Amino acid sequence: MNRNNLILYIGILIFGIAAPFIFPAFKVQLSILCVLIVLATTWNIQGGEMGYNSFGNILFYGLGMYLCASVQVGMFFPLAEWTESGGEKTFVHTPAQFFQGMAVGLVVAAVVPTIVAGLIGYSILGLRGHYFAICTLGLGVAAGEISGGIEIIGAGQGFTTPPFPDVGNLESRGEFFYFLSFFVLILTFIAVRGIYSTRFKLILNAIRDNEDKAEAMGIETMKYKIVGWMISAFFCGLAGGIMGGLVGYIDSTDVAFDGREMGVFMVLMAILGGKGTLWGPIIGATVFHIFKEGFWTFFLGWQYVALGVLIVVIVIYFPEGIMGWLREKYPQRFGEVIDEKDRKAQVELK
Amino acid sequence: MVFQYPMISVQACLDGILLGILFALIAYGMALQWGVMNIINIAQGDLVILGGYIAYFMYLYGIHPAWGVIVSPIIMYFVGIAIYKLVINKVVDRDLFISILATFGISILFMQLMNFAFGADVVLANSDYGTTMLFDSNVVLPNSKIFSAFISILFAICLVIYMKKSKLGRAIRATAQNARAAKILGVDTEKVYAATFGINAALCGVAGALISITFTIHPYMGLPYTIRSFMIVIVAGLGNLPGVAMSGMGLGVFEEFADYILGTEFRIGSVFLLLVLILVYRRFKLSRKREYLK
Repeated sequence: MNRNNLILYIGILIFGIAAPFIFPAFKVQLSILCVLIVLATTWNIQGGEMGYNSFGNILFYGLGMYLCASVQVGMFFPLAEWTESGGEKTFVHTPAQFFQGMAVGLVVAAVVPTIVAGLIGYSILGLRGHYFAICTLGLGVAAGEISGGIEIIGAGQGFTTPPFPDVGNLESRGEFFYFLSFFVLILTFIAVRGIYSTRFKLILNAIRDNEDKAEAMGIETMKYKIVGWMISAFFCGLAGGIMGGLVGYIDSTDVAFDGREMGVFMVLMAILGGKGTLWGPIIGATVFHIFKEGFWTFFLGWQYVALGVLIVVIVIYFPEGIMGWLREKYPQRFGEVIDEKDRKAQVELK
Repeated sequence: MVFQYPMISVQACLDGILLGILFALIAYGMALQWGVMNIINIAQGDLVILGGYIAYFMYLYGIHPAWGVIVSPIIMYFVGIAIYKLVINKVVDRDLFISILATFGISILFMQLMNFAFGADVVLANSDYGTTMLFDSNVVLPNSKIFSAFISILFAICLVIYMKKSKLGRAIRATAQNARAAKILGVDTEKVYAATFGINAALCGVAGALISITFTIHPYMGLPYTIRSFMIVIVAGLGNLPGVAMSGMGLGVFEEFADYILGTEFRIGSVFLLLVLILVYRRFKLSRKREYLK
């Protein structure tokens, strides 16, 4: 890590800690941004580095969301009665119970999806290319439809997560969730950055470039694919758990297993920023979130039309993303040396 | 339950077969564009629903919805050409994932535009065809379902003959075999692609009109039809028409039984789960083959 990078990281850290006090009105938006960055970054482990374009990471996100909320309620009160009472609160968490439940819930929300990813990984990750993409799409939708039929977690009418306890300060809910999501974001960034500087990333790239060849070179590709997916699942589950508490209400197909919205967002953000780069998904998520919020406010009701057009435009015209565009424009910044002679020759050839 | 009341099984089987023929028609369109252009169209189901709305609107204006079977494909053909010109021709020779994502965008766009234009109500076009009773009126078959299965088979046969005999059909088949060679031999592949997508959209229009007569349509119901047709195509394989018909009917029967046994709320979920299971089964079968080759 050189000095410029260190200054950059410290700057971002300071900005991240100060942000809720500079923009007190945007605390919820900033927390959602953190969650979106986590989702995009972890999607990039599959889609960008490994070449397995998954629509199914929403499965872990939704699973984490349901698990965190269920554990938080189920630790202290009967879960079935809670969901039956719906919006009316017959049970109230004390602050200690709330935070205790949240902590345990987040651990469960992170661990269980990881185990699930490990279990289904062997069968799902054996699929290649578009079969994998459609299969994971099916997984996400199936999970949404099935959880919409299970009574104990609210079935079709949804599941209200425990409301934030009264700790004497109106601002504390936003601050709590902001710092929680920011902490998870930092955790994700450190983990992903650590991964990307090891041999593991090179193996993932080898799988992306030519899986059969990588296997022929003696790499146990399946093992690395499953581990990569489990890492994604871990952070997706965490992000889902936080998002459930933040939104305060879980619906099977509109909030938790929302393949139409969140499931596409994470793919789109990673592609917009640039697949297969560390900073791409982060930039992509930030740009996308700002754009989306602006658009959503001005074109209320037309947001999905705009989303559809946006997907088509990004996919067709910016498949390389912002980082890819920067890389083409300023290759020196990325440590690429350009042979001027070769370049001229190529221009002449064109 | 299924074994205690055999008539329910008969009912489910017949319903499933009639439904499956419709699925097979949609899947045939899917197989066509997959084989020729190598794209997977996630918006397939939304084209079906759009075709259904055309028939529904004819019904609203007092025309018998069965005429939708003729009007809807004509309109949908041009919708298909328009989609091809705007989006698909830019993704044809790119990565398959790009086509999946781009058509996913189109799907969301269509879904929402239909929601604005036609409202979020579940609608159906009533055809007044009555019902047929079988086995001492233990099995009830609406005539509209029989009609729709008959029309589907008719369209499929017409299309197969068209593909075999006509000039465009031959050009499409040649492009599917080898696009580059076809180009060298004077086939305008761009036109062939556009026509393929148009024919696919027209097939979706027919299926949609039939679905609006026999079942219900809703702007958000498109994705399950895409998944069903994808499933049928991967089970049957590309360019295997009897296989498409058989696996379509099999899927229809499966769905009806899942509906009876698990309950209607798990119907769509079971379809998606079946997709995952089929893909996983296929993966293990292929990997065994690979090990054998080693």
